[in-house]
Amino acid sequence: MFAAEFEYRKAGSIADAVRLLSENPGAKLLAGGHSLIPLMRFRLARPEVVIDIGGIDGLRGIRISDGSINIGALATHAEIANSADVQQANGLLAEAAGGIGDPAVRNRGTIGGNLAHADPASDWATVLTALGATVSLQGPSGSRTIAVGDFVEDAFATALAEDELITTVSVPVLAANQRAEYAKMAHPASFYAVVGGAVVVTMDGDRCTAASVAVGGLTPRPVKAAAVEQALSGTTLTMDSIADATSRLSEDLSAAGVDIIGDVYASADFRSQVAPVEVKHALLHAIGLAHH
Amino acid sequence: MPNTVPITVNVNGRSHSADVEPRTLLVHFLRETLNLTGTKIGCDTSQCGACVVKMNGVTVKSCTAFAVQADGADVTTIEGLAQDGNLTAVQEAFWDHHGLQCGYCTAGMIISVTEIIERNPNPSAEEVRAGLEGNMCRCTGYNNIVKAALAAAAAQQGG
Repeated sequence: MFAAEFEYRKAGSIADAVRLLSENPGAKLLAGGHSLIPLMRFRLARPEVVIDIGGIDGLRGIRISDGSINIGALATHAEIANSADVQQANGLLAEAAGGIGDPAVRNRGTIGGNLAHADPASDWATVLTALGATVSLQGPSGSRTIAVGDFVEDAFATALAEDELITTVSVPVLAANQRAEYAKMAHPASFYAVVGGAVVVTMDGDRCTAASVAVGGLTPRPVKAAAVEQALSGTTLTMDSIADATSRLSEDLSAAGVDIIGDVYASADFRSQVAPVEVKHALLHAIGLAHH
Repeated sequence: MPNTVPITVNVNGRSHSADVEPRTLLVHFLRETLNLTGTKIGCDTSQCGACVVKMNGVTVKSCTAFAVQADGADVTTIEGLAQDGNLTAVQEAFWDHHGLQCGYCTAGMIISVTEIIERNPNPSAEEVRAGLEGNMCRCTGYNNIVKAALAAAAAQQGG
Protein backbone atom coordinates (compact mmCIF):
# COMPACT_ATOMS: atom_id res chain seq x y z
CA MET A 1 0.00 0.00 0.00
CA PHE A 2 1.30 3.40 -0.94
CA ALA A 3 0.68 6.67 0.82
CA ALA A 4 -0.72 9.53 -1.22
CA GLU A 5 1.96 11.71 -2.79
CA PHE A 6 3.61 14.24 -0.54
CA GLU A 7 6.52 16.64 -0.51
CA TYR A 8 9.41 15.71 1.73
CA ARG A 9 11.33 18.26 3.82
CA LYS A 10 14.15 17.44 6.16
CA ALA A 11 14.61 19.66 9.22
CA GLY A 12 18.17 20.19 10.40
CA SER A 13 17.34 21.68 13.79
CA ILE A 14 14.44 22.38 16.13
CA ALA A 15 14.26 25.98 14.85
CA ASP A 16 14.27 24.69 11.28
CA ALA A 17 11.39 22.31 12.08
CA VAL A 18 9.34 25.14 13.63
CA ARG A 19 10.01 27.34 10.60
CA LEU A 20 8.97 24.56 8.19
CA LEU A 21 5.80 23.95 10.24
CA SER A 22 4.94 27.66 10.10
CA GLU A 23 5.52 27.78 6.35
CA ASN A 24 3.52 24.62 5.60
CA PRO A 25 0.14 24.60 7.35
CA GLY A 26 -1.18 21.06 7.65
CA ALA A 27 2.28 19.51 7.40
CA LYS A 28 2.98 16.41 9.48
CA LEU A 29 6.14 15.66 11.44
CA LEU A 30 7.92 12.38 10.76
CA ALA A 31 10.09 10.91 13.51
CA GLY A 32 10.24 7.10 13.71
CA GLY A 33 7.18 6.87 11.50
CA HIS A 34 5.48 4.10 13.42
CA SER A 35 2.27 6.02 13.87
CA LEU A 36 2.33 8.33 10.86
CA ILE A 37 3.37 5.90 8.12
CA PRO A 38 0.56 3.39 8.78
CA LEU A 39 -1.96 6.28 8.86
CA MET A 40 -0.65 7.63 5.57
CA ARG A 41 -0.67 4.21 3.93
CA PHE A 42 -4.29 3.67 4.89
CA ARG A 43 -4.86 7.24 3.64
CA LEU A 44 -6.32 8.22 6.98
CA ALA A 45 -3.72 11.00 6.79
CA ARG A 46 -2.85 12.74 3.51
CA PRO A 47 -0.45 15.54 4.38
CA GLU A 48 0.85 17.52 1.41
CA VAL A 49 4.14 18.10 3.20
CA VAL A 50 5.99 15.79 5.57
CA ILE A 51 8.78 17.26 7.68
CA ASP A 52 11.39 14.70 8.71
CA ILE A 53 12.71 15.56 12.18
CA GLY A 54 14.53 12.22 12.54
CA GLY A 55 17.95 13.79 12.05
CA ILE A 56 17.71 16.52 14.71
CA ASP A 57 20.38 15.86 17.34
CA GLY A 58 18.78 18.37 19.74
CA LEU A 59 15.80 16.01 20.13
CA ARG A 60 17.90 13.03 21.19
CA GLY A 61 19.20 11.68 24.45
CA ILE A 62 18.07 10.92 27.98
CA ARG A 63 19.44 13.08 30.82
CA ILE A 64 18.68 12.85 34.52
CA SER A 65 19.08 15.94 36.69
CA ASP A 66 17.39 17.50 39.73
CA GLY A 67 15.01 14.60 40.25
CA SER A 68 13.80 14.65 36.67
CA ILE A 69 14.36 12.27 33.77
CA ASN A 70 14.44 14.41 30.64
CA ILE A 71 13.82 12.32 27.53
CA GLY A 72 14.36 13.75 24.07
CA ALA A 73 11.30 13.41 21.85
CA LEU A 74 13.26 11.20 19.44
CA ALA A 75 14.23 8.66 22.11
CA THR A 76 13.04 5.28 20.91
CA HIS A 77 11.12 2.89 23.13
CA ALA A 78 14.15 0.55 22.93
CA GLU A 79 16.54 3.29 24.12
CA ILE A 80 14.29 4.00 27.10
CA ALA A 81 13.79 0.31 27.91
CA ASN A 82 17.52 -0.44 27.72
CA SER A 83 18.80 2.63 29.58
CA ALA A 84 20.45 1.57 32.84
CA ASP A 85 19.93 5.11 34.17
CA VAL A 86 16.18 4.96 33.45
CA GLN A 87 15.89 1.49 34.96
CA GLN A 88 17.50 2.85 38.12
CA ALA A 89 15.61 6.13 38.32
CA ASN A 90 12.13 4.97 37.34
CA GLY A 91 11.72 1.27 36.67
CA LEU A 92 8.17 1.73 35.39
CA LEU A 93 9.38 3.86 32.47
CA ALA A 94 11.79 1.16 31.32
CA GLU A 95 9.24 -1.59 31.87
CA ALA A 96 6.49 0.23 29.96
CA ALA A 97 8.88 1.01 27.10
CA GLY A 98 9.88 -2.66 26.89
CA GLY A 99 6.24 -3.73 26.62
CA ILE A 100 5.40 -1.59 23.59
CA GLY A 101 4.96 -3.42 20.29
CA ASP A 102 7.80 -5.79 19.48
CA PRO A 103 11.61 -5.38 19.30
CA ALA A 104 11.72 -3.95 15.76
CA VAL A 105 8.88 -1.55 16.52
CA ARG A 106 10.65 -0.41 19.70
CA ASN A 107 13.81 0.23 17.66
CA ARG A 108 12.01 2.83 15.54
CA GLY A 109 9.03 4.16 17.48
CA THR A 110 9.68 7.28 19.55
CA ILE A 111 8.16 8.59 22.77
CA GLY A 112 7.45 11.97 21.18
CA GLY A 113 5.77 10.45 18.15
CA ASN A 114 3.70 8.16 20.31
CA LEU A 115 2.39 11.06 22.42
CA ALA A 116 1.75 13.34 19.44
CA HIS A 117 -0.26 10.59 17.74
CA ALA A 118 -2.41 10.17 20.89
CA ASP A 119 -3.77 6.75 20.06
CA PRO A 120 -6.22 5.76 22.81
CA ALA A 121 -4.35 2.44 22.99
CA SER A 122 -1.02 4.16 23.71
CA ASP A 123 0.82 2.76 26.73
CA TRP A 124 2.82 5.96 27.14
CA ALA A 125 -0.17 8.27 27.58
CA THR A 126 -1.54 6.19 30.45
CA VAL A 127 1.79 5.53 32.15
CA LEU A 128 3.04 9.12 31.84
CA THR A 129 -0.28 10.48 33.13
CA ALA A 130 0.01 8.35 36.27
CA LEU A 131 3.65 9.36 36.70
CA GLY A 132 2.80 13.07 36.50
CA ALA A 133 5.09 13.59 33.50
CA THR A 134 5.22 16.81 31.48
CA VAL A 135 5.94 17.56 27.82
CA SER A 136 7.86 20.57 26.56
CA LEU A 137 6.67 22.05 23.28
CA GLN A 138 8.52 24.44 21.01
CA GLY A 139 6.75 26.88 18.72
CA PRO A 140 7.63 30.09 16.86
CA SER A 141 7.03 32.27 19.92
CA GLY A 142 8.89 30.10 22.42
CA SER A 143 8.49 26.99 24.49
CA ARG A 144 5.88 25.85 26.99
CA THR A 145 5.52 22.89 29.30
CA ILE A 146 2.28 21.09 30.13
CA ALA A 147 1.26 17.93 31.96
CA VAL A 148 0.83 14.83 29.79
CA GLY A 149 -2.63 14.45 31.35
CA ASP A 150 -3.58 17.82 29.84
CA PHE A 151 -1.63 17.35 26.61
CA VAL A 152 -3.73 14.41 25.46
CA GLU A 153 -7.16 15.94 24.87
CA ASP A 154 -9.08 13.25 23.03
CA ALA A 155 -8.58 10.28 20.70
CA PHE A 156 -5.85 11.36 18.26
CA ALA A 157 -6.11 14.96 19.49
CA THR A 158 -3.59 16.87 21.57
CA ALA A 159 -2.83 20.38 22.79
CA LEU A 160 -0.06 20.62 20.17
CA ALA A 161 -0.57 23.68 17.94
CA GLU A 162 -0.01 23.29 14.19
CA ASP A 163 3.34 25.07 14.41
CA GLU A 164 4.64 23.34 17.55
CA LEU A 165 6.64 20.19 18.13
CA ILE A 166 7.41 18.13 21.22
CA THR A 167 11.03 18.56 22.32
CA THR A 168 11.25 16.80 25.69
CA VAL A 169 9.25 14.52 27.96
CA SER A 170 10.14 14.98 31.64
CA VAL A 171 9.34 12.33 34.21
CA PRO A 172 9.98 12.49 37.95
CA VAL A 173 12.58 10.17 39.43
CA LEU A 174 10.74 7.83 41.81
CA ALA A 175 11.43 8.32 45.51
CA ALA A 176 12.75 5.40 47.53
CA ASN A 177 9.32 4.88 49.12
CA GLN A 178 7.40 5.01 45.83
CA ARG A 179 6.35 1.98 43.82
CA ALA A 180 5.03 2.20 40.28
CA GLU A 181 3.59 -0.42 37.95
CA TYR A 182 1.62 -0.81 34.74
CA ALA A 183 -0.56 -3.75 33.76
CA LYS A 184 -2.30 -4.15 30.44
CA MET A 185 -4.41 -6.49 28.42
CA ALA A 186 -2.51 -6.32 25.15
CA HIS A 187 -3.88 -7.00 21.69
CA PRO A 188 -2.18 -10.25 20.69
CA ALA A 189 -0.89 -9.03 17.31
CA SER A 190 -0.05 -5.37 17.83
CA PHE A 191 0.50 -5.46 21.61
CA TYR A 192 -1.46 -2.20 21.83
CA ALA A 193 -3.30 -1.78 25.13
CA VAL A 194 -6.91 -2.96 24.96
CA VAL A 195 -7.05 -1.83 28.58
CA GLY A 196 -4.14 -0.54 30.65
CA GLY A 197 -3.81 0.60 34.25
CA ALA A 198 -0.84 2.51 35.69
CA VAL A 199 -0.28 3.18 39.38
CA VAL A 200 2.20 5.07 41.53
CA VAL A 201 1.90 4.55 45.29
CA THR A 202 3.87 6.30 48.01
CA MET A 203 4.30 3.96 50.94
CA ASP A 204 4.98 4.29 54.65
CA GLY A 205 5.56 0.67 55.54
CA ASP A 206 2.40 -1.17 54.44
CA ARG A 207 0.36 2.03 54.42
CA CYS A 208 -0.22 3.99 51.25
CA THR A 209 0.14 7.72 51.92
CA ALA A 210 -0.55 8.90 48.36
CA ALA A 211 -1.63 7.27 45.10
CA SER A 212 -1.76 8.21 41.45
CA VAL A 213 -3.82 5.96 39.18
CA ALA A 214 -4.61 6.27 35.48
CA VAL A 215 -6.38 3.97 33.05
CA GLY A 216 -6.31 4.00 29.25
CA GLY A 217 -7.01 1.90 26.22
CA LEU A 218 -10.73 1.81 26.98
CA THR A 219 -11.16 5.58 26.87
CA PRO A 220 -10.34 8.20 24.21
CA ARG A 221 -7.72 9.67 26.52
CA PRO A 222 -6.26 8.47 29.82
CA VAL A 223 -8.58 8.89 32.78
CA LYS A 224 -7.17 9.80 36.18
CA ALA A 225 -8.93 7.68 38.79
CA ALA A 226 -9.52 10.10 41.67
CA ALA A 227 -11.98 7.88 43.54
CA VAL A 228 -9.57 4.94 43.45
CA GLU A 229 -6.69 7.20 44.52
CA GLN A 230 -8.73 8.53 47.42
CA ALA A 231 -9.67 5.02 48.54
CA LEU A 232 -6.02 3.96 48.50
CA SER A 233 -4.61 6.99 50.30
CA GLY A 234 -4.15 6.45 54.02
CA THR A 235 -5.00 2.77 53.66
CA THR A 236 -2.94 -0.29 54.56
CA LEU A 237 -2.63 -2.09 51.24
CA THR A 238 -3.88 -5.66 51.32
CA MET A 239 -5.62 -7.88 48.77
CA ASP A 240 -8.95 -6.78 50.25
CA SER A 241 -8.29 -3.04 50.50
CA ILE A 242 -6.91 -3.01 46.95
CA ALA A 243 -9.97 -4.86 45.64
CA ASP A 244 -12.24 -2.38 47.48
CA ALA A 245 -10.38 0.61 46.06
CA THR A 246 -10.31 -0.63 42.47
CA SER A 247 -14.04 -1.39 42.58
CA ARG A 248 -14.53 2.38 42.62
CA LEU A 249 -13.03 2.79 39.15
CA SER A 250 -16.50 2.76 37.60
CA GLU A 251 -17.22 6.02 39.48
CA ASP A 252 -14.14 7.58 37.90
CA LEU A 253 -15.08 6.40 34.42
CA SER A 254 -18.59 7.85 34.84
CA ALA A 255 -17.25 11.12 36.22
CA ALA A 256 -14.85 11.50 33.29
CA GLY A 257 -17.86 11.71 30.97
CA VAL A 258 -16.15 9.82 28.14
CA ASP A 259 -17.41 7.03 25.93
CA ILE A 260 -15.95 3.61 26.60
CA ILE A 261 -14.38 2.20 23.45
CA GLY A 262 -15.73 -1.03 22.01
CA ASP A 263 -14.63 -2.79 18.83
CA VAL A 264 -14.51 -6.22 17.19
CA TYR A 265 -11.79 -7.33 19.57
CA ALA A 266 -13.33 -6.25 22.88
CA SER A 267 -16.70 -4.70 23.65
CA ALA A 268 -17.08 -1.59 25.79
CA ASP A 269 -18.72 -3.64 28.53
CA PHE A 270 -15.86 -6.15 28.52
CA ARG A 271 -13.24 -3.39 28.69
CA SER A 272 -15.09 -1.77 31.60
CA GLN A 273 -14.97 -5.06 33.47
CA VAL A 274 -11.27 -5.59 32.74
CA ALA A 275 -10.12 -2.10 33.72
CA PRO A 276 -10.32 -2.52 37.53
CA VAL A 277 -8.65 -5.91 37.17
CA GLU A 278 -5.65 -4.35 35.41
CA VAL A 279 -5.42 -1.62 38.05
CA LYS A 280 -5.59 -4.29 40.73
CA HIS A 281 -2.82 -6.28 39.04
CA ALA A 282 -0.66 -3.18 38.80
CA LEU A 283 -1.19 -2.43 42.52
CA LEU A 284 -0.50 -6.01 43.58
CA HIS A 285 2.70 -6.04 41.52
CA ALA A 286 3.69 -2.65 42.90
CA ILE A 287 3.59 -3.79 46.50
CA GLY A 288 4.94 -7.28 45.86
CA LEU A 289 1.75 -9.28 46.43
CA ALA A 290 1.92 -10.60 42.86
CA HIS A 291 4.67 -11.00 40.31
CA HIS A 292 4.88 -10.89 36.54
CA MET B 1 6.13 14.19 -12.97
CA PRO B 2 6.14 13.00 -9.38
CA ASN B 3 8.54 14.78 -7.08
CA THR B 4 11.61 12.76 -6.21
CA VAL B 5 14.35 12.96 -3.61
CA PRO B 6 17.93 11.77 -4.17
CA ILE B 7 19.08 9.22 -1.60
CA THR B 8 22.21 7.16 -1.04
CA VAL B 9 21.88 4.01 1.02
CA ASN B 10 24.64 1.57 1.88
CA VAL B 11 23.02 -1.83 1.39
CA ASN B 12 25.00 -4.96 2.24
CA GLY B 13 28.25 -3.04 2.00
CA ARG B 14 27.54 -1.39 -1.36
CA SER B 15 26.52 2.19 -1.83
CA HIS B 16 23.37 2.70 -3.90
CA SER B 17 22.14 6.09 -5.10
CA ALA B 18 18.69 6.64 -6.54
CA ASP B 19 15.97 9.26 -6.95
CA VAL B 20 12.91 8.04 -5.08
CA GLU B 21 9.41 9.31 -4.60
CA PRO B 22 9.10 10.31 -0.93
CA ARG B 23 6.28 7.82 -0.46
CA THR B 24 8.48 4.90 -1.53
CA LEU B 25 8.79 2.51 1.39
CA LEU B 26 12.17 1.08 2.29
CA VAL B 27 10.90 -2.42 1.47
CA HIS B 28 9.85 -1.26 -2.02
CA PHE B 29 13.23 0.39 -2.55
CA LEU B 30 15.02 -2.82 -1.59
CA ARG B 31 12.81 -5.13 -3.60
CA GLU B 32 11.95 -3.07 -6.67
CA THR B 33 14.81 -0.61 -7.09
CA LEU B 34 17.66 -2.85 -5.94
CA ASN B 35 16.00 -6.17 -6.85
CA LEU B 36 16.80 -7.58 -3.41
CA THR B 37 13.66 -9.68 -3.18
CA GLY B 38 14.74 -11.81 -0.21
CA THR B 39 12.97 -9.30 2.05
CA LYS B 40 9.24 -10.00 1.91
CA ILE B 41 6.08 -7.99 2.34
CA GLY B 42 3.66 -9.86 4.58
CA CYS B 43 0.99 -8.11 6.58
CA ASP B 44 2.00 -4.65 5.35
CA THR B 45 0.97 -3.25 8.75
CA SER B 46 4.19 -3.63 10.82
CA GLN B 47 2.97 -6.68 12.68
CA CYS B 48 4.28 -9.80 10.91
CA GLY B 49 8.01 -9.16 10.57
CA ALA B 50 8.49 -10.64 7.07
CA CYS B 51 10.08 -7.32 6.04
CA VAL B 52 12.57 -7.01 8.91
CA VAL B 53 16.00 -5.74 7.88
CA LYS B 54 18.84 -4.25 9.84
CA MET B 55 19.30 -0.48 9.63
CA ASN B 56 22.15 1.29 11.41
CA GLY B 57 22.66 -1.71 13.66
CA VAL B 58 19.08 -2.42 14.73
CA THR B 59 16.18 -4.39 13.28
CA VAL B 60 13.46 -2.36 11.61
CA LYS B 61 10.27 -3.21 9.77
CA SER B 62 11.03 -1.98 6.28
CA CYS B 63 7.31 -1.69 5.45
CA THR B 64 7.10 1.05 8.08
CA ALA B 65 9.97 3.26 6.97
CA PHE B 66 10.16 5.55 3.96
CA ALA B 67 13.22 5.01 1.80
CA VAL B 68 14.12 8.68 2.32
CA GLN B 69 14.55 7.91 6.02
CA ALA B 70 17.30 5.46 5.08
CA ASP B 71 19.31 8.15 3.28
CA GLY B 72 22.88 7.78 4.54
CA ALA B 73 22.06 4.62 6.50
CA ASP B 74 23.69 1.20 6.52
CA VAL B 75 21.14 -1.49 5.70
CA THR B 76 21.65 -5.25 5.85
CA THR B 77 19.20 -7.61 4.18
CA ILE B 78 19.15 -11.40 4.06
CA GLU B 79 21.26 -11.21 0.89
CA GLY B 80 24.04 -9.51 2.85
CA LEU B 81 24.57 -12.13 5.52
CA ALA B 82 26.48 -14.94 3.76
CA GLN B 83 30.04 -13.97 2.85
CA ASP B 84 31.66 -15.60 -0.20
CA GLY B 85 28.93 -18.23 -0.23
CA ASN B 86 29.48 -19.18 3.41
CA LEU B 87 26.26 -19.12 5.40
CA THR B 88 26.28 -17.49 8.84
CA ALA B 89 25.85 -19.63 11.94
CA VAL B 90 22.20 -18.56 12.13
CA GLN B 91 21.55 -19.50 8.51
CA GLU B 92 23.32 -22.85 8.99
CA ALA B 93 21.23 -23.54 12.09
CA PHE B 94 17.95 -22.76 10.27
CA TRP B 95 19.04 -25.25 7.59
CA ASP B 96 20.14 -27.93 10.07
CA HIS B 97 17.07 -27.66 12.30
CA HIS B 98 14.48 -27.21 9.57
CA GLY B 99 13.72 -23.74 10.89
CA LEU B 100 11.39 -22.98 7.99
CA GLN B 101 8.41 -24.48 6.27
CA CYS B 102 7.09 -22.28 3.46
CA GLY B 103 10.00 -19.89 3.95
CA TYR B 104 8.07 -16.63 3.67
CA CYS B 105 8.95 -15.45 7.19
CA THR B 106 12.52 -16.78 7.04
CA ALA B 107 14.42 -13.67 5.95
CA GLY B 108 12.87 -11.62 8.74
CA MET B 109 13.30 -14.45 11.25
CA ILE B 110 17.01 -14.82 10.45
CA ILE B 111 17.67 -11.07 10.66
CA SER B 112 15.82 -10.92 14.01
CA VAL B 113 17.55 -14.03 15.42
CA THR B 114 20.90 -12.58 14.38
CA GLU B 115 20.14 -9.46 16.42
CA ILE B 116 18.87 -11.47 19.41
CA ILE B 117 22.17 -13.38 19.57
CA GLU B 118 24.27 -10.25 19.04
CA ARG B 119 22.64 -8.64 22.06
CA ASN B 120 22.49 -11.77 24.17
CA PRO B 121 25.02 -14.43 23.07
CA ASN B 122 23.48 -17.11 25.29
CA PRO B 123 19.69 -16.62 25.22
CA SER B 124 17.13 -18.95 26.80
CA ALA B 125 14.30 -20.35 24.70
CA GLU B 126 12.01 -17.89 26.46
CA GLU B 127 14.26 -14.97 25.54
CA VAL B 128 14.35 -16.11 21.91
CA ARG B 129 10.56 -16.26 21.85
CA ALA B 130 10.30 -12.77 23.39
CA GLY B 131 12.80 -11.50 20.84
CA LEU B 132 10.68 -12.94 18.03
CA GLU B 133 7.41 -11.39 19.23
CA GLY B 134 7.29 -9.27 16.10
CA ASN B 135 7.98 -12.11 13.66
CA MET B 136 5.10 -14.35 12.72
CA CYS B 137 5.30 -17.77 11.10
CA ARG B 138 1.91 -18.59 9.62
CA CYS B 139 3.03 -22.21 9.19
CA THR B 140 3.38 -22.09 13.00
CA GLY B 141 6.85 -23.61 12.78
CA TYR B 142 8.08 -21.81 15.87
CA ASN B 143 9.59 -24.80 17.70
CA ASN B 144 12.22 -25.43 15.05
CA ILE B 145 12.89 -21.72 14.67
CA VAL B 146 13.62 -21.49 18.41
CA LYS B 147 15.75 -24.66 18.22
CA ALA B 148 17.69 -23.14 15.33
CA ALA B 149 18.25 -19.90 17.27
CA LEU B 150 19.53 -21.77 20.32
CA ALA B 151 21.77 -23.97 18.16
CA ALA B 152 23.19 -20.90 16.39
CA ALA B 153 23.94 -19.26 19.74
CA ALA B 154 25.65 -22.44 20.94
CA ALA B 155 27.65 -22.71 17.72
CA GLN B 156 28.84 -19.13 18.06
CA GLN B 157 29.88 -19.80 21.64
CA GLY B 158 32.05 -22.58 20.22
CA GLY B 159 29.71 -25.23 21.61
